[in-house]
Amino acid sequence: MLPYLTRRVVGAALVLLALSVVVFAIFYLLPGDPAQLVCGIKTCSADRLALVRQKLGLDQPVAVQYWQFLTGLVVGRDVSAGPNVFHCPAPCLGFSFQTDEPVLALIADRLPVSLSLTAGAMVLWLSIGVGGGVLSALRRGRFIDRATTVFVLGGMSIPVFISGLLLLMVFCVWLQWLPFPSYVSLASDPAGWARSLVLPWFALALVEAAKYARLTRTSMLETLSEDHIRTARAYGLRERRVIGRHALRGALTPLATMLAVDVGGVLTSASLTETLFGLPGLGQLLVQSVNTLDLPVVVGLVLLAGFAIVVGNVVADLVYAVLDRRVSLT
Amino acid sequence: MSASQPVLLPGDSAGDRPANNAADAAAVDPARPVVAVEDLRIAFPGDTGEVVAVDGLSFALRPGAALGLVGESGSGKSATALALLGLHRGSGARVSGRIEVAGVDLTTADAEEVRRLRGRRIAMIFQDPLSALDPYYSVGDQIAEVCRVHTGVDRRAAWARAVTVLDRVGIPSAERRARSHPHEFSGGMRQRAMIAMALACEPDVLVADEPTTALDVTVQAQILDLLHELRTDAGMALLLVTHDLGVAAGNVDDVLVMHAGVAVERGPVDRVLSAPTEPYTRELVSAVPRIETTRKSVVESSGVSTVVATSAVPEVSTSDSSTAGEPLMRITDVRKHFRQRGWLIGRREPVRAVDGVSLDIRRGETLGVVGESGSGKTTLARMMVRLLDPTSGTIHFDGHDLASLPERRLRPLRRDLQMVFQDPASSLNPRRTVGESIGDPLRVHGVDEPEIRRAVAEMMERVGLDPDRRDRYPHEFSGGQRQRVGIARALVLRPRLLVCDEPVSALDVSTQSRIVRLLADLRGEFDLTLVFVAHDLALVRQVSDRVAVMRSGELVELAESDALYDNPTHPYTRDLLAAVPRLDPEEARRQRAVRRAALAEAG
Repeated sequence: MLPYLTRRVVGAALVLLALSVVVFAIFYLLPGDPAQLVCGIKTCSADRLALVRQKLGLDQPVAVQYWQFLTGLVVGRDVSAGPNVFHCPAPCLGFSFQTDEPVLALIADRLPVSLSLTAGAMVLWLSIGVGGGVLSALRRGRFIDRATTVFVLGGMSIPVFISGLLLLMVFCVWLQWLPFPSYVSLASDPAGWARSLVLPWFALALVEAAKYARLTRTSMLETLSEDHIRTARAYGLRERRVIGRHALRGALTPLATMLAVDVGGVLTSASLTETLFGLPGLGQLLVQSVNTLDLPVVVGLVLLAGFAIVVGNVVADLVYAVLDRRVSLT
Repeated sequence: MSASQPVLLPGDSAGDRPANNAADAAAVDPARPVVAVEDLRIAFPGDTGEVVAVDGLSFALRPGAALGLVGESGSGKSATALALLGLHRGSGARVSGRIEVAGVDLTTADAEEVRRLRGRRIAMIFQDPLSALDPYYSVGDQIAEVCRVHTGVDRRAAWARAVTVLDRVGIPSAERRARSHPHEFSGGMRQRAMIAMALACEPDVLVADEPTTALDVTVQAQILDLLHELRTDAGMALLLVTHDLGVAAGNVDDVLVMHAGVAVERGPVDRVLSAPTEPYTRELVSAVPRIETTRKSVVESSGVSTVVATSAVPEVSTSDSSTAGEPLMRITDVRKHFRQRGWLIGRREPVRAVDGVSLDIRRGETLGVVGESGSGKTTLARMMVRLLDPTSGTIHFDGHDLASLPERRLRPLRRDLQMVFQDPASSLNPRRTVGESIGDPLRVHGVDEPEIRRAVAEMMERVGLDPDRRDRYPHEFSGGQRQRVGIARALVLRPRLLVCDEPVSALDVSTQSRIVRLLADLRGEFDLTLVFVAHDLALVRQVSDRVAVMRSGELVELAESDALYDNPTHPYTRDLLAAVPRLDPEEARRQRAVRRAALAEAG
């Protein structure tokens, strides 16, 4: 257990390090000048441009910039802005080129939105996906199985910006059951929070539910054909118990580990859903900062995404080891 | 001992016994068969109409009696066993006739009636206990669940019952081990746990479907002894389904020989095995390798053509080979250790699969290597042809040390060292025709295509395959034919050493004997030296000049085969030999007594 964790932590650090190098490299290979964007494209004089460049630290060699970023992350760093010197404590992700806000604060601001979206969608996609998958495996070849197959095909092939738009059209324009969503925080107005998120939840859950339904069905069929299910029947267990206690346990265990990884991914990459429904989440922030060449924010978000996925993987391994005693973490 | 006096558990108290109600107990009349099958027919839907697995089978089983259902794969014996528990329900199979178990007709009973019968009046033991038990729950939990389902006792009582039956089947410190999961048990312990589960509700009938096929020979003997003991103690009837006549011999009163879904012959086990009346039974009985049969008599009785008899390869005798000079291969203190994964912290002890084995392989001999699973015999075999690199030690072959030769310099030697694998189904590429597979070794060595075609055709003919089928794929061949393909592929390069790793253990007994005969034939014709690795001691005796016995990576005993079988010097060899199932029921009973005596002495 301890060697396992040590290895995973070291591995995670290496992955994140490599990730930050890659993002820095890509950023400087791309055309475009962030200083020019901050300064303004037409109105900017050469002197002012140089000043902005110096203020953002872009006049330094790339290696130095990267080194500053790393030290900031580990021990914090001091940033001078004119006569004043700010201290940015570790883990310092730097400041946005565009707004001068600390990147950490920007992320912290938007994390609750992404968390709300992901958590709600997860509950939905699990209920629909796993429920549909199990039913379809148990009624193999019957109507419900075919219906699920159609749903899976639809869910996987319709992109979220189509299904999301359809949802908006139907529920906000034609039926007018819901107002056009604009995010309200859970703390200030729980009912408003749910109302604003119900459509994004469904839009996001649709794709994932389709994936989970397909996987659950396969996994369930495989488990049902295993010898120990025959044993359970041969010893007179009721069918409900055979399915509920023996088959589901085997079929859902691999899904639990996949879920841990998926949640990490969806958390930071639901940009389409967030943009479509005007949710100020992390995905939306990522798209904005890429468009404005806001390097500190992009790096911060990419590292967060990497971190979420790495953590998700470790959690998946731990969950698997708890659920299946045959697995030992070494 | 009659069934109405269950004396199953010496330490039973009223509390931890399932309350098999009085009405049920009274229903068992010693004269009335507890299982009665009449005109059973089982048919599965197939691509081209129905496939009939069992046709017109009838038999009866009295309380406390034991019947062996014997046949080769595809004979319908397992389908019959499953039908006794109504396990074909919901599978699409059509079952007709009458199957009466403890007074219930399974062909007409409703689902609930059948469910209540299963596990309570009739319980089944499956072939592979690892896959037959649920990996997610502890063994005790699964047994307790069966108790609760049928007797409605509370959790605590059910658990106590599980511990009691686990203890009864010989699981040490059952209280603690009941909490173990199946994967934490050894193969034999798992099968004991499975039997414990069957005992949980003291059924009237035990159906054992190849209960020992996945087990080592010593463990097999223990499990069979246990089943025998339970039957005599508790008066349960036993239906033993097996392909191995040796397993049936010592453990049943009557046998029923099945072939292609029909009963071929039936009768008391002593009579059927000693004086079979039907040709099929005679063939089956004669195909079973017997531990007391020597190699010479097999070669003669098999009627092998002049090839062996007049072949240049002599029946290697001790004096011959010791004066024959250099052995073909000299293995000295060879080891193979597999490193266990460990990173940064916690380096673990390596697995010592082979740990210091030295032996010579003489020119032209057949060396048998026997051992139980985990003895390192396969690892050793693979090192002989350098499929595995030894950790240390030397393997001298033809003036080279195979153990240290770099791959580039090894390549020219590879054609002299060939291997036949255990599972012909998985060791042939399913996407290549058998002709291509057989020709591949030649292709690797740069032989031109017309020459390959000629050689493949010749080789197929030699191993008894029709060369016209060269463009067919492996799945179109039977198991025995596939193994012939594997042999042809190994021989096409005309190797000098052929290492066969369990070449027949995946095959039916009658196919086994044909493949073994083929190998004996080819050995003479191709001037081969054979290494024959197997777990079946009787089979090894029939093919080997000398036999090496391995245990936990070490060579325990190496001797001329008759000497080893008649006068084993090492106690482990003696244990192994005592555990081999005997075809003669009388002898089987004697061996059981010997094992019991040894056990009593030991503890």
